[in-house]
Amino acid sequence: MLSVRGLTKSFGGFVAVSDVSFEVSEGELLGLIGPNGSGKSTTFNLIAGTLKPTAGSIRFEGEEIGGLAAHQVCHMGLARTFQIPRPFRKLGIRENVTLAAYYGRHGRVGRDEAEALAVEALETVGLPSDAATTTEGLGAAGLKKLELARALSTQPRLLLADESLGGLDVAEMDQAAEMLERIRTEKGITIVWVEHIMGVLMRVVDRVIVLDHGEKIFEGLPADAARDRRVAEVYLGTQH
Amino acid sequence: MMTIRWPLALLFAVLLLLPLGLQDYLLHMAIQILIWGFVYTGWSVMGRFGQVSLGHGAFLGVGAYTTALLWNNFGLVPWIGIPIGVAFAVLLALVIGYPCFRLKVVGHYFALVTLALSQVVLLSIVAARDITGGSLGMTPNSVGQSSWLALQFTSKMHWYFVALAVWAFGLWVWVKVDRGMGRAAMEAVSEDETAAAAVGINVTREKLRVTVISAAMTAFGGALFGQYQMYLNPETLSGIGVSLQIVFAAIAGGMYSLLGPTVGALLTIALTEGLRIGFGTTLIGAANTIYGILLILFIIFMPRGITGFFGAWTKRRAATAAATT
Ligand SMILES: Nc1ncnc2c1ncn2[C@@H]1O[C@H](COP(=O)(O)OP(=O)(O)O)[C@@H](O)[C@H]1O
Ligand SMILES: [Mg+2]
Repeated sequence: MLSVRGLTKSFGGFVAVSDVSFEVSEGELLGLIGPNGSGKSTTFNLIAGTLKPTAGSIRFEGEEIGGLAAHQVCHMGLARTFQIPRPFRKLGIRENVTLAAYYGRHGRVGRDEAEALAVEALETVGLPSDAATTTEGLGAAGLKKLELARALSTQPRLLLADESLGGLDVAEMDQAAEMLERIRTEKGITIVWVEHIMGVLMRVVDRVIVLDHGEKIFEGLPADAARDRRVAEVYLGTQH
Repeated sequence: MMTIRWPLALLFAVLLLLPLGLQDYLLHMAIQILIWGFVYTGWSVMGRFGQVSLGHGAFLGVGAYTTALLWNNFGLVPWIGIPIGVAFAVLLALVIGYPCFRLKVVGHYFALVTLALSQVVLLSIVAARDITGGSLGMTPNSVGQSSWLALQFTSKMHWYFVALAVWAFGLWVWVKVDRGMGRAAMEAVSEDETAAAAVGINVTREKLRVTVISAAMTAFGGALFGQYQMYLNPETLSGIGVSLQIVFAAIAGGMYSLLGPTVGALLTIALTEGLRIGFGTTLIGAANTIYGILLILFIIFMPRGITGFFGAWTKRRAATAAATT
């Protein structure tokens, strides 16, 4: 479904993502982990069109999307959440999501339909779906949910979820992980899930890719990742 | 909805009957308020989304001069000349807007680009003095009588109703923009372009949309004002002075509410007339300085303008009244 080949991004002289390749197959829940600054969010930004790759190719359902604008990628059915939530504060919660439903489908849904899609997405993530509630009262968990609802309402086939657990307490983390799992099974949406901690993610994902300093250092089953020497080095510090 | 509809209907009824009781001088004031209210409403269609243009004089000038030049040189009636002038302004808006929006020239930088634009148009009009009359201005050829075809009227009453219709049209456009999904999209864009793009909003397109609407309205207003005055001057129809006057009026009146820009027009016309009557010709040109100072004061103390301020005030009063009963 998604095929990333030799993806590279440098900021000036600094290489944030270096020759990364991986595949995501339909229906998969793939984990993408790595310590802070290892290039996970940059990888997402490249796939979603927020950043332009320095080199490499990104194919989504057979079509090259590397270098497309973010809104075009969204229209193709690929949605993403931001690590640090970026709600539209001037709009209410439902309006945030309705907007995404309307524009995410690129004029293929009317306003009423967008409204219905928004309500559905808000119910999926467990946020109030009335028109009056503002984003003001949302805490960390609520803002993460809004990110997710907004992405979901664009009706994606592939979802890139960036650090859905950041800033959450243990109970909220379990809830969030369970939600992603549910979105995958119930809605049939393929998911790439980024997290810098292993934790809950490892229990849920089918497969995991580990980045370090912009390079892919591991790809395989979660159980194998836990036993991998390089992964251990990255996560536990170098052990001689 | 009811709360908004009734006063508006009442306002229109008053405005329809108003000219019956006014002498020419007050009618002249009213016409100017309506035409400029239309222009300021046009500015706020984009300004309210944080797209601050300091160069709307450019569109004003293009609309007015195109219409007048086509009439004087080719005998094209304003019914054709105005659409062509509006089309030129739209083209100009696209030529400036597209690269700006693609290259993410926003905020102060965008304001500076538009400021330069208005000056370029002013200098072009002055430089082309052979056909535009340069800084001395120009006069559209008069047909010497009232003519719908030439859009020239000897009676102010005619002009009043033309201006009223155009002004009402401007309000309608404002409401259309306000009620559409495009408004929410532009609110999102004005807050966070990256997040807006991520949910499928074509940021460049949405920005161009409001810019084009705004430029078209401004050019239309400029052309109309030229027709009404039967005199075009580069200083009053392009350049920084009038551009800042537009910004001042829209912000002071309140660009987030339907009638805000019109209140702004009331203010600028009153100010200009007040200065003229109170100080005669000694203070000619002082208006711009005063606009500048007032603009700063408004931005600091009343950023939502007069209508925004009183809107919040009545809401607060209603809230305290409800709390005490
Ligand atoms: N726009 C940018 N300009 C310069 N450096 C950047 C930019 N975005 C990310 N980086 C750098 O790239 C590296 C990878 O960042 P990021 O992808 O956010 O890491 P992660 O999401 O894995 O924590 C970091 O060192 C970060 O400072
Ligand atoms: Mg990150």
